[in-house]
Order: sequence, then C-alpha cells, then structure tokens
Amino acid sequence: MPTLDMSKTELREVNATLQAAAKAQANEPFEIINPRGSHAVAVGLNGPLDVTVKGSTGYYCAGMNKDATIHVEGSAGPGVAENMMSGTVVIDGDASQYAGATGHGGLLVIKGNASSRCGISMKGIDIVVHGSIGHMSAFMAQKGNLVVLGDAGDALGDSLYEARLFVRGSVKSLGADCVEKEMRPEHIEILADLLARAGADAKPEEFKRYGSARTLYNFNIDNADAY
Amino acid sequence: MCGIVGLFLKKDELRPRLGDMLTDMLITMTDRGPDSAGIAIYGDAAEGLKFTVQSDDPAAFDGLAEALEGALGTAIPVTLKDTHAVLLVPAEQQAAATELLEARGLRIMGVGEAMEIFKEVGLPKDVAERFGLREMGGSHGIGHTRMATESAVTTLGAHPFSTAEDQCLVHNGSLSNHNDMRRKLARKGVFTKTENDTEVGAAYISSRIAEGATLGEALEGTLKDLDGFFTFVTGTRNGFGVVRDPIACKPAVMAETDDYVAFASEYRAFADLPGIETARVWEPEPATVYFWER
Repeated sequence: MPTLDMSKTELREVNATLQAAAKAQANEPFEIINPRGSHAVAVGLNGPLDVTVKGSTGYYCAGMNKDATIHVEGSAGPGVAENMMSGTVVIDGDASQYAGATGHGGLLVIKGNASSRCGISMKGIDIVVHGSIGHMSAFMAQKGNLVVLGDAGDALGDSLYEARLFVRGSVKSLGADCVEKEMRPEHIEILADLLARAGADAKPEEFKRYGSARTLYNFNIDNADAY
Repeated sequence: MCGIVGLFLKKDELRPRLGDMLTDMLITMTDRGPDSAGIAIYGDAAEGLKFTVQSDDPAAFDGLAEALEGALGTAIPVTLKDTHAVLLVPAEQQAAATELLEARGLRIMGVGEAMEIFKEVGLPKDVAERFGLREMGGSHGIGHTRMATESAVTTLGAHPFSTAEDQCLVHNGSLSNHNDMRRKLARKGVFTKTENDTEVGAAYISSRIAEGATLGEALEGTLKDLDGFFTFVTGTRNGFGVVRDPIACKPAVMAETDDYVAFASEYRAFADLPGIETARVWEPEPATVYFWER
C-alpha cells in the first residue's frame, strides 16, 4: 500500500499524488501518516480511491470529494467534507464546525461529535453523526439527510428547505420554520439504510424526524408592512 | 484571524519544558497571526512583585537598577531580555516603582508574583528567539499570534493584555462594544492604556474580579456584557480559563492528558505535545466557561 508521510512530503505533493491516482481510477488503498492537523488533506479527489489518514486533520479535509473513500483515524478540523459530491468520508473522532457544509452527495460519517453548523446548506449529502451536534446545524439545508444519534444544539434546521433531519436525543431548540414531523414507513426505511451504512448501533424507531414547515417558501403578504 | 495557545501543566516534572512546548505551539500558529506575538508565562512565585517593562529604546534601561535603588532604598534585581526587562520589586514598593518606571517612559506590560509578559511586533519565531522563550520554565502560560483588526500593529497592541496582577488575556475575534465598555469602565475608575478592544475585555474581567467575582463568574459576565466575536483565554496566578462567544465562529480546540491541559486555535499546535496521540481532544462548547486551577 503506498504511504505518504506528511512529515516528509509537502501537502501539494500529497494531494497531487492522490488526485492523479483517483483520476486514473486506480482504486488502490493509500495511507497518509503524520497529518499533524494539516489543512486541506485529501481534497478534490475525483475518482474511486481508498485513503486512510492516520491521525487528526485541520481545516477542509476531504473537501469536494467525488467517489473516493476517505477515513480519518482521528479528529477533523472545520469544514470536513465541504461540498462533497459523492463517495464516503468517515471521521473516527470529532469534527469541528460546518462539517459536510454545502455537500451535494455521498455519505459523511462522524463517529464522535460534530460542533456547530453541521450540514449547513447541505444539498443532497447524507450525514450520520454518532455523537451530538452543535448549534445552527442544517441551517438552510436543502436536500439530503442528517442523522444524529445524540443530541442537537440550538436552532436546529433554521430556514430549512427539503432536507430530512433525524435526531435520537434531545433538540435544544428548533430554528425558524423547522418542525417535528411524522415518521412514516418510508422514513424508517431511509434511516435504517443510513444507520446500517454508517455502522451505527441504533434503531430507526428511536428517532424523531424534523423538517421544513414550508412557511418561508412564499412571501406572506401580512408582512408587507415590515418593508 | 489570530492564533491562541495555552498550556497548563499538571505535573511539576514538565515545568522546565513549559517555554519550549509553548514556543513550538506559538510558532505553529504563525500563519494565523504573523504581525506580532506574545506570551505570558507563570514561573516560580517571587518574594515580591515581578514587573515586566518594555522600551523600544535600549538606553531606557541604562541606569535603571541604580535609579530604582536610589528611589526605593533597596537593591532591585533587573533582568534584561531584549526590549523587555523583568524587575523584582518588594510588594510594598509597588506604587513608588510604578511611578518611577512610568516617569522614565517605560511601558509596564504586566505585574505579578508569578507572571511575566513578553510581546513584540514580528514573526512568532523571531519574537520567541529575542526573548529566549524556549528557556523559560513555569507552571502554565498563554500565547498569542496576532493578525490585527481593531487597532494598530504595535507592541502595545500585541497580546497578552494584563490589567491586574497576575491576570492576563489573549483573544481571537473582535469586540464591537469596546468603546462603550471602555467608557463604562472609566466611570468606575478602571482605565485602559490603548485603543485595543482586547484590553477592554481584559479590564472588564479584572474589574469584575476586583469587585469580588470569581474567575468563572467574570468569564460568565463576558457573555452578557461583551458584544462581538471572541474566543478568550485568560491566565491567572493559579490557572487558566477559556470562554467562547455564543456564535463561536472563532476556532478552539483543547487537549487533556494526565500531564497537562492544552488550548489552541487549531489542532496543529498540539502535534508535538507529548502523549497527544492518546490525549482527550475536544472542542470547547460555545458560551461555556472552562477553567483549570491548581
């Protein structure tokens, strides 16, 4: 298995090597050692590749991922898997702010906790957090699923569009236009699949579903006086 | 931006290495704040008060020891460190020493039984080199690399800010009500020396403690009374505290082992700490006060 040592190799070279291998559809396993919290590790991979990062990463790890599988055996800094298109990103530890922000697709699994703004403006990504998430998570989330086995912080799903939010624990508060919704059989099915793919030991029936009340979609003429 | 680091040792064996460990953390945070850097280090408590003073003019230190001895009637040890000097003054002579130092145009960076503060404009590695930070031992310390937003890039605008004995503050963020708070503090007789927002935060915390609040209560107060973005790390005689504003845009990460508690703006700063691979690493919650004391 090719190993890239970040204590000896420049970040640009590490990423160029991974990007070339991904583009070549190599689908081979790579190992990155000594990440030491570096920024932008394994970003922009555009093809199937299996990357294991032995340690913790800084800002924007696995950003813009497409088709690759990236496993961080540590914690991740802000913006992990930002704007992911497809593929899988797994973080063994915690993730900092705005994990999975603006993601269009793929699966992001955080085995620890995620902090504030998890899944902000998500556009189709699936995010499964084994722990808890911080405030303002799924703000303006448009599409995809956010699954939280622990608790959610303040203002969950503020100004939400069509993303589905599943929380097993408590929700400190719901954001504007976010409401609890009925859990129907199709939601149980979606959730069971996500939990299985994320290796999460939880039953879909233990979760509550939250989504948009859709009252912000159209301008309410009663508010005209405010302008 | 700005970078913050902090290290609180739980075991005495590491004390001689405090400066070395903090220096590595500080230099790692250079690209978060390359314009100036500073550190507050809490060493062995002295018999008396340590004054850390600064002057851009090396001549300001000429004859300082003699002048102090003449005015105070006792020999005052003076240790020169680049643009700074550390003086050991008997506690009862504090007012007289302050008056003399200010009259000589020296800037008092901090005063305390244990705390010494060193800060200058320039890259963190150069600042660390000039003051010999690596060689400094102690029980705990906090440091800052600055990318200026609210006031000029000057020595006095660098962090940490000390507004009371053995207390200091470093800050990542910007306060939006610092002018209003500066006026409120002035009405209570608490004056700041600069136009800097962080100094107001430091003065707020010191004034609350002077009024009888605990460190925890003073830090809680910042959440109600200060407006803006902040991750604060504050040092005291016995420990250090951390608080983030409720929005918590400014990054923060902490690590704890049996040997130490560490704070940094980014995990990168922890990479060389002993035992970091197995440390408990977590992000401090917004609007939540943390502190460690011995």
